[in-house]
Amino acid sequence: MLVLWLIVVLFVGGVLAGLAERVHAAASRWVTLATLVVSAILLWPLACAQPQAFESVAGQSGWLAVLQWEWIPRFGITFLLAVDGISVLLIALTIFLGFIALLSAWEEIQTRVGFFYFNFLWTLAGVVGIFAALDLFLFFIFWEIMLIPMFFIIVIWGHEDRYYAALKFFIYTQASSLLLLLSMIALVFLNWQQSGEISFSWFDLLGTKTEGVFGLLLMLGFFVAFLVKLPGVPVHNWLPDAHTQAPTPGSVILAGILLKTGAYGLLRFIVPLFPEAALAFTPYALIIAVVSVLYAAKMAFAQNDMKRLIAYSSISHMGFVTLGVFSWNALALQGTLLQMIAHGLSSAGLFAMAGAIQHRLHTRALSEMGGMWSQAPRMAAIAMFFAIAALGLPGLGNFVGEFLVLLGSFQMHPIAAILAALGMILAPVYALYLLQKSFLGEQSDTFSAHSASLFEFKAREVLMMGLLIFGLILMGFFPRLLTEYSDVALNSLQALGWGP
Amino acid sequence: MLNLLWLVPFFPFLGFVLLVSTSGKMPKPWTTMIGAGSIGLAALTTALIAYEFLSQDMTSFQLHLWTWMEAGNFAPGFSLYLDGLALSMLFVITGVGFLIHIYASGYMYDDEDFPRFFTYTNLFVAAMVMLVLADNLVLLFLGWEGVGLCSFLLIGFWYKDPANGLAARKAFVVTRVGDTAFAIGLFLLYKHVGTLDIQEAMIKAKLLWTEDNATASLICALLLGGAVGKSAQLPLQTWLPDAMAGPTPVSALIHAATMVTAGVYLIARNHELFLLSPDMMYAVAVVGVLTLLMSGFTALTQSDLKRVLAYSTISQIGYMFLALGVGAWSSAIFHLMTHAFFKALLFLTAGTIILSLHHEQNIFKMGGLVKRLPLPCILFFIGCLGLIAVPPTSGFWSKEQILNATWESSTGGPLIWLGAVLGAFMTALYTTRMFCIVFLGPSNGDVHEPKGFKFVAPLVVLAFLALVGGVFVETAWQLPLSNVFPGGHAPHPPTVIVVIAIATPFLGIAISYLFYGKRVFSAEKFANSALMKPLKTFFDSGWAMDWFYDLLLVKPYQWLAKINKKDCVNLLPDASSAAAKILHAALSMTQNGQLRLYVGVMGTAALFVIFVVVFL
Amino acid sequence: MNTVIIDHALLLAAILFCIGLLGVLVRRNIILMLISMEVMLNATGLAFIAAGSYWGQADGQIMFIAVVTLGAAEVAVGLGLTLLLFKRYNSVDVDNLKQLRG
Repeated sequence: MLVLWLIVVLFVGGVLAGLAERVHAAASRWVTLATLVVSAILLWPLACAQPQAFESVAGQSGWLAVLQWEWIPRFGITFLLAVDGISVLLIALTIFLGFIALLSAWEEIQTRVGFFYFNFLWTLAGVVGIFAALDLFLFFIFWEIMLIPMFFIIVIWGHEDRYYAALKFFIYTQASSLLLLLSMIALVFLNWQQSGEISFSWFDLLGTKTEGVFGLLLMLGFFVAFLVKLPGVPVHNWLPDAHTQAPTPGSVILAGILLKTGAYGLLRFIVPLFPEAALAFTPYALIIAVVSVLYAAKMAFAQNDMKRLIAYSSISHMGFVTLGVFSWNALALQGTLLQMIAHGLSSAGLFAMAGAIQHRLHTRALSEMGGMWSQAPRMAAIAMFFAIAALGLPGLGNFVGEFLVLLGSFQMHPIAAILAALGMILAPVYALYLLQKSFLGEQSDTFSAHSASLFEFKAREVLMMGLLIFGLILMGFFPRLLTEYSDVALNSLQALGWGP
Repeated sequence: MLNLLWLVPFFPFLGFVLLVSTSGKMPKPWTTMIGAGSIGLAALTTALIAYEFLSQDMTSFQLHLWTWMEAGNFAPGFSLYLDGLALSMLFVITGVGFLIHIYASGYMYDDEDFPRFFTYTNLFVAAMVMLVLADNLVLLFLGWEGVGLCSFLLIGFWYKDPANGLAARKAFVVTRVGDTAFAIGLFLLYKHVGTLDIQEAMIKAKLLWTEDNATASLICALLLGGAVGKSAQLPLQTWLPDAMAGPTPVSALIHAATMVTAGVYLIARNHELFLLSPDMMYAVAVVGVLTLLMSGFTALTQSDLKRVLAYSTISQIGYMFLALGVGAWSSAIFHLMTHAFFKALLFLTAGTIILSLHHEQNIFKMGGLVKRLPLPCILFFIGCLGLIAVPPTSGFWSKEQILNATWESSTGGPLIWLGAVLGAFMTALYTTRMFCIVFLGPSNGDVHEPKGFKFVAPLVVLAFLALVGGVFVETAWQLPLSNVFPGGHAPHPPTVIVVIAIATPFLGIAISYLFYGKRVFSAEKFANSALMKPLKTFFDSGWAMDWFYDLLLVKPYQWLAKINKKDCVNLLPDASSAAAKILHAALSMTQNGQLRLYVGVMGTAALFVIFVVVFL
Repeated sequence: MNTVIIDHALLLAAILFCIGLLGVLVRRNIILMLISMEVMLNATGLAFIAAGSYWGQADGQIMFIAVVTLGAAEVAVGLGLTLLLFKRYNSVDVDNLKQLRG
């Protein structure tokens, strides 16, 4: 029930935030904040759950807060919500980044405030739904709910080229959703033929025999849908545009949370549902992963637009997720999950930084920045922190994720792991280039026109960045705080795959 | 007391946190107190721990703090491991580090970013201590990358000059190439041994592999890749000369005394693995010899005081690698220690000289400083003696051990020995050249020697150590390394070999003095002769390695980035949208509002359909 | 006998239809277009009647009644619209109505 309430609170909060604008423009913000606080409180018992509270569903152990209602019995569709350690961590990340995005939106969003927060909370609700839904039909519904508010956020509050970016985002994701829906229905149909029972439940579908060419096609349908969302080269092109054009909170949610739904999909559906097909497809998936890591790192280095650079770095980092999922051993899976969370925090920080700079300088072009350190040392130190977090410095969250993924995948696919490890060389090239062009070097003219006191971070922004920094350091030194949650879930998930 | 081992990295880290959280708003004396004091406390803790450790005759001590990460069977701890090797390193890091911090508090006092300097150096010391104390390779990697980051930050400390930023990024990226090899080595080691705990892995490796095993060799090669990156050995040495863009105390602390020796430490720490692979031992020795020769020649052509010292550092680390390669593990660590003394002394004295001359680093614009800067001159002289390895300075003892071991070792031999002796000759040559040009000859310009306790005391202590540290270790107090490294008989090569090794530096001094001191021969004429000129240009460019990498890697990568700025994968979706637009234009042309045209088209189409239905 | 009738009747219907279609195509006057359409409708009606008598079924006649009704309705609406258009554009030229183009 708790998860249901969580989703309901976010939906209702969204409607209230939309209405609150009629009372007072600022009221929407406070309603949103209250909604997030309530959802955090609702999340608390889940996060504190002891192992004995875990239930076993259809032979799968480690589930919490299972809720199953009849919905459309004729087609075997149920309202099935449940969370395991993986979902709890990702939902917690969603709510946490919700706070961060709210802080970054606080001053930036000044037009149609109510409608913005309505979209904002509905996106979050959709994402939480995705992480909790285990009925494929319900999953798909949340998958769609998440998209449309995000489209509005980009198209209404975005920057100069927002129509193109929003449309591209929408077409990419919508086309991939169609693929997902078709594959889902075909999978259910296949299961119906085999077992005589029609069901959209993930647990029931686990038993489907999905060998052969048909299984491979179904797997590809799922894979492409999630790869678009992740995103991986060659279906990544929506992301640099969408990120660049979205308003700061939009970028934070996109990079921090929305990409994780793709990663979550890969983790939850591909190998457990299609072990044989995934095994057959592994070499190609590894190529996609390695190319994503290296190609996107190279593209990031070529960018002049700060947000574009960060967007490409996101693609590069998410390549490790693909690598981890298709290695499918304990190390790689644990690393994948940590990489998802750490990337959520670090990219949120980088995008919030880019947004803050754009808010002040009215440009994202690196060529017009430079030498901002002397006037805004606090901001510079924070930017430095996120840049080195992104390049995977040990002691910060991203390193733990990347290292475990590489260590795990090396045991299965040494060559792919070695090639992906080359990303470790390319990452500092773009991350340090970003720093050099923005904060170090000589002071640029664009910047000199601004007075220092207006430029430096304010308390709200320091709070926002401080939370992210704290999270990354904590993850870097005590990743077990997180892995303790996900251990059981990942173990039982791993047992579904082919790995040793 | 030993349980307080964690305080050694903790004090510098605490200093870092305090300095960061006050973001430079503290008064300068407080900053000094925290910045240098934290290192002092760490040094004090080290001394107390060393006393207890040595008086109890312990071989090792382990302190488990917490389990760092956990996945499957992989659970590296945040654990510290202390043995004689780690302890020796701690002495150097905290002891020499403390002296350099005191000096830096004077040297950097007038800099506007004074607190930021100590923030970075404190973080550096914390990371370096973690590197040395790590009980598993992942934690070692944490320290390894941490010192790399601090090196980056400190090279680019004066960030306003883009050239410094470039040097800093170059240092980070080049070492990162080595780090990646190191990381892959870890993956491979874990795959076969199933643990990254150093002691456990060494034991398992010995059980798993016999001598000359290919996998063990591969792992060693990858670790060597990491080591040459961090320690600026061939072929990844190009970053260190440029790293001199940082403040001089940084060059002394990071780019001479401690961080660059991390590679030596890494190999020494994993020596049992290297013992399984004589081929890789030989490779280490060859890398060392080639590096020390190459940097010796290059140092002879440099005109920047700090760059001469940088190349001499590369060359001395080459000696350490040689020692590792020939299995003289303790000698390598011994040389690491004595090198830290005299090289820190040289760099800090160079800092005083540079400060006296208003940040002039070109040695040809110095000259005649012996009268005007007497104290720095004496200190620099002592440092030079150590570098040349004139008996009985500390450098002599360690270098002699290395040369003797090289002659006798199965992975060394006469050829390698010859290279090392030639290197010693070169060292004498360029060191004397540097000294003569800087201190002798005609004087020009005015000097403002910085005075004060902070500028003198650390130098005097270091000079004392550089003079007698070697004798002390050789005769009175052995480094606590006998429990760490496999024992062997002390090498006793034939007397003539020993004599040659000792005499060669004197020959170098004499020749160099004739060129640069007495000016009996003209160095310029010699260097500009038809034969030597291209050679000089070649040496001066660091054997054209920068040019080579630029051509082979940097330029192609930049070109690749440039031509594909717009992302060629975009062509496909863009093409589909362009096709849609063309179709749209074509179809909307037919919809022109002409009702009669519509009727006509409909009629034709109906006719066509009827035709198809009826006749086909 | 029957076949001759049906063939002739259908041929007549086709000719009438083509005449009507040609009228719609070449005329620009809306009123004349409406008249041409009426011709086309009647051509279809004739075809229905002929076919109905050929098969000996009432369906053709039913359809014819429907066609006549349709024609009446079409003329009523068409003329009404023409009146309004004439009031607005002061002409009954169909080529004036090009606003609805792509």
